[in-house]
Amino acid sequence: MRLELVKRPQQSRAFSALSPFIAFGLTIIAGAILFAALGKNPATTLYYYFVEPLMEVWSLHELAIKAAPLILIAVGLSVCFLSNNWNIGAEGQFVIGAVVGSVLPVMFPDFQFWFVLPLMLIMGMIGGAAYASIPGILKVRFNTNEILTSLMLVYVAQLFLDWLVRGPWRNPAGMNFPETRTFHSYAILPEILPASGRAHWGFVFAIIAAIVLWFVLSKTLKGFEIKVLGQSPRAGRFAGFSAGKMTLFAFAVSGAMAGLAGISEVSGAIGQLRPAISPGYGFTAIIVAFLGRLNPLGIVAAGLVLALTYLGGEAAQISVGLSDKVVRAFQGMILFFVLACDTLIHYQIRFVKSKAATASLAAAQVPNV
Amino acid sequence: MFEAIVITIATAATPLLIAAMGELVVERSGVLNLGVEGMMIMGAVTGFSVAYMTGSPWLGVLAAIVVGALFSLLFGFLTLTLVTNQVATGLALTLLGLGLSGMIGESFVGLPGVKMGTVNVPYLSELPYVGRLLFGQDPIFYISIALTIGVSWFLFYTKAGLTLRSVGDNHASAHALGIRVIAIRYMAIMFGGACAGLAGGYLALVYVPQWVEGMSAGRGWIALALVVFASWRPGRVLAGAYLFGAVSIGQLHAQALGWPIPSQLLSALPYLATIIVLVLISRNKRLTMVNTPASLGQPFVPDR
Repeated sequence: MRLELVKRPQQSRAFSALSPFIAFGLTIIAGAILFAALGKNPATTLYYYFVEPLMEVWSLHELAIKAAPLILIAVGLSVCFLSNNWNIGAEGQFVIGAVVGSVLPVMFPDFQFWFVLPLMLIMGMIGGAAYASIPGILKVRFNTNEILTSLMLVYVAQLFLDWLVRGPWRNPAGMNFPETRTFHSYAILPEILPASGRAHWGFVFAIIAAIVLWFVLSKTLKGFEIKVLGQSPRAGRFAGFSAGKMTLFAFAVSGAMAGLAGISEVSGAIGQLRPAISPGYGFTAIIVAFLGRLNPLGIVAAGLVLALTYLGGEAAQISVGLSDKVVRAFQGMILFFVLACDTLIHYQIRFVKSKAATASLAAAQVPNV
Repeated sequence: MFEAIVITIATAATPLLIAAMGELVVERSGVLNLGVEGMMIMGAVTGFSVAYMTGSPWLGVLAAIVVGALFSLLFGFLTLTLVTNQVATGLALTLLGLGLSGMIGESFVGLPGVKMGTVNVPYLSELPYVGRLLFGQDPIFYISIALTIGVSWFLFYTKAGLTLRSVGDNHASAHALGIRVIAIRYMAIMFGGACAGLAGGYLALVYVPQWVEGMSAGRGWIALALVVFASWRPGRVLAGAYLFGAVSIGQLHAQALGWPIPSQLLSALPYLATIIVLVLISRNKRLTMVNTPASLGQPFVPDR
């Protein structure tokens, strides 16, 4: 028996909506098998992983903190991926956004006014956009593969941050720890509801960014241009759209979003720069973008799900002693299932008996005719 | 001194060479597998753990090859049978490999590894200057050189190699001629996976005989860049791998010398060099156009 794909005349609307849910369901099943293989009770582990973190208000705040960078980065990436620009260096743009945004509180700590924070956010976005523009410009100008250059720049950015916090930006009063001075109060992104938990305004930025980009993508000419150039560059050229300008635009937008995520994380959740400021948000956001089917509103939901995998990982580590390394394996599985389920949107899957079997079946049926 | 440096360059270049050679065959068949990093790290963790448990580095290497090939099948099933986007699926393979390997390797962190010994051809390895370089290295070094020669010969001097290249250049025509495009691509992907697994095993059994999470440190990506740099030619992959080996060893020596350059800048050199080299190669449009397999990364659904 073998598997055969039959192209659907149209995309299946039902499967467009269902595929992320099927994928998530399959991930849960695979997760249960994985937990069982690790010697944990699958049901209780799944409960602690996916349900318990949602039961407490403070925990929901933590969820929002983790979802904010994922959503911000992923909505930016959706512009890139839809226009067929493969920016996979968001992790580096996140770091550079955090670094550039931190210039004011770290280098000018006495500069304490209300407008410091808005300036930091803008600088973070500019930093991220500029860093993302490197692979964009190289692609347009020299035809260089953006996948490889954007990824290489992640390592460069991380090393740059490492140098800063161990060298010129090290806290003079920090006992030689590799970290910058802590930000003054004007440089801290405030909490949304300080009474109930730590969630900061980064989550609000993420929701706003998702709504704005959803509007741009689905209701404006720019959004149409993005999709046309992604699906059929030739048709886009006939329509007078410039693929080169689109590449620069997509990289700048996604870089700005990643940069905003970076400075929001540092200013809202950490309060200073350290050698490692991200548990791989830039890479996990790729999964978020695909789980959200590259639709900004879908990405909000997907961002919450992936944030839950981080949070659930911590919860399950405490409650049932599950290794925290499981988190990334789990996230990788989600992307696999998402991609596999997306096939159902474009194709019908048929199981066909192999040729030999069909032939013998036909032969067996002949006398009956 | 000079000989010692050249040998360390060979040690740094060998995993790049092996992984890139595998990916070259995959790309020549028209498939872009961005999962090299993931397959490599899976090979590394398997190689280390099997060698640790059995005490035999050879069993470790064998297991690394098998796991690399099996892991690549996951990519093959999705991209070939389910016709998913190759770029996204390759990324998924890398993310999954990095995650799974961290999980599998957790109990092996900090344990002493098993180091694969070197081959020592009597008398010849004592020759001045080139003795140890040519006759006294680890066995996988020789495998990597044989692999380079084998792949060149296969691709350009055998019928099967011609078939594989035709599949990569125009899968529709190849299919029309009755060539089994998907079967060939499955085999190419598994070969690439086996090579990446071997490269990972090399890292954990020869290069640094221990397990560190994420120890492939972007080498899989550099291998991918090498294939582009080499414009899909095995001989140039060899040259490129040694060039990158030299850069990464050079920066280590520079760090040891204690020059007043930040060590992070030196550590960033291999990545920066990759970017610069990619720019230099790709700006020559004709060179890349002529050599790029024309169906690279294109989805293929056979019409029946």
